[in-house]
Amino acid sequence: MTDSRERRLELKGLHSWYGESHVLHGTTLHVNRGEVVTILGRNGAGKTTTMRTIMGIVRKRKGEARLDGHDLIATPPHKVAGLGLGYVPEERGIFSSLNVAENLTLPPVVKSGGMGLDDIYELFPNLEGRDKTVGTRLSGGEQQMLAMARILRTGADFILLDEPTEGLAPVIVDEIAKALVKLKALGLTIILVEQNLKFATASADRHYVMDQGQVVDEFTNERLVSDMARINAHLGV
Amino acid sequence: MPDIFGMPVAVLLGQVLLGLINGSFYALLSLGLAIIFGMLNVINFAHGAFYMFGAFVTWMVMSWLGLSYWPALVVVPIVVGAFGAAIERLFLKRLYQVDHLYSLLFTFGLALVMEGLFRHVFGSAGKPYPVPQELTGVLKLGFMFLPVYRGWVIIAALLVCVATWLVIEKTRLGAYLRAATENPSLVQAFGINVPLMLTITYGFCVGLAGFAGVLAAPIYQVSPGMGSNLIIIVFAVVVIGGMGSIGGAILTGLSLGVIEGLTKTFYPSASSIVIFIVMVIVLMLRPAGLFGREA
Repeated sequence: MTDSRERRLELKGLHSWYGESHVLHGTTLHVNRGEVVTILGRNGAGKTTTMRTIMGIVRKRKGEARLDGHDLIATPPHKVAGLGLGYVPEERGIFSSLNVAENLTLPPVVKSGGMGLDDIYELFPNLEGRDKTVGTRLSGGEQQMLAMARILRTGADFILLDEPTEGLAPVIVDEIAKALVKLKALGLTIILVEQNLKFATASADRHYVMDQGQVVDEFTNERLVSDMARINAHLGV
Repeated sequence: MPDIFGMPVAVLLGQVLLGLINGSFYALLSLGLAIIFGMLNVINFAHGAFYMFGAFVTWMVMSWLGLSYWPALVVVPIVVGAFGAAIERLFLKRLYQVDHLYSLLFTFGLALVMEGLFRHVFGSAGKPYPVPQELTGVLKLGFMFLPVYRGWVIIAALLVCVATWLVIEKTRLGAYLRAATENPSLVQAFGINVPLMLTITYGFCVGLAGFAGVLAAPIYQVSPGMGSNLIIIVFAVVVIGGMGSIGGAILTGLSLGVIEGLTKTFYPSASSIVIFIVMVIVLMLRPAGLFGREA
């Protein structure tokens, strides 16, 4: 069903290494235009590394990785963003030597159609009027919103979102879940790494399960919701 | 005029002003060192050699090409900066992946090679450089006669330091630099060419050392050893100000110049070590430096 849609990201037999340690062992997955796809799995399964390998932050890699037909392996790290990929890292990556306004406008605009400041404040009202605050003085939830907002401003249309709800209060998680639904409605393509299954199933179309650097299972969202036992077996909960 | 601690105020003010001149050089050089350390994590031992190189290029373009002081003030920093950028591209860049010690040894070796080369070609004695016509003469300040050129040094150094500070703290380029200091791989993932930025930063800071060299040429003898005499003091300034703190480097540079000047009045024999005494005290009380962020 989903295969009739235009394929944007294609990973085939992707391997990558941190120094000597071999982390991805032939990861294969794909993401179609406008899809929200999650990567689930235990700690250390290679979820974050998959994102960092796509972005070119992990440089030692082998195999095939293409975005809209562009060879990601051959793309220098500072050119990846220009292909429309926006990365929201797990640790959020808010800069302590920059204020909120500087953090927000740091990533250069890569494509037209990015959000203006008005749209951003509508999506994340907490960020309005905080321009002069040091970035890392924001609460964890606000830092997460800032990390997402600065990518949305650039016009990136393929977002890698690494554990956006980690360590956040339930009320903030709800707010970020709502934002994600809105982003999907705008037609953005999203890969989401997430531990919170409730959050993951709220907006996702498909789910991949990773273990030991490989994709070991794939679910549609309906299947996942109706067959929680199978996913729980993978995650060991 | 009244006395302070048995010193006429006029003498004191004179020493403060002379201290500010030395402090101007400390500030210009330690500013570059602090930025290079913050951004590249390189302890740039060659900074004094680049300063000496700047003074020599100033002398060479005058003696060989007939280029006077004012064009040299623009041309020399560019030449020296370009040389620095080439050094970064060809050598330093390869050392970022390994321990800091390698880049320290490399820049230390580079400084020795440059100094040795200039000593071989020009001898140790040094070359005179005239004060530019427009800046000869003295200013009568009431408490002292200040040579116009020395007043110019203070103003020019301050302007360049403040401009550099503004660029780093207030502009978009500066925001890139600060962000890349914290997390280079993320800044790169946002689409910014960080390796190119590092080359430009190193080139710019080396250019600052070259600029200090031009300012120094008419005051000090242009000699191969002029950089290594200064660099140790400048390192002490950076340590006192806090490694990587840019505003701290400027303020500390100027104030240590003044402290040194005052020591010359009150207890001349301590003047050559007073900066190191301050360094020891600061390291004992605030190991991260006066303006450094506690780790």
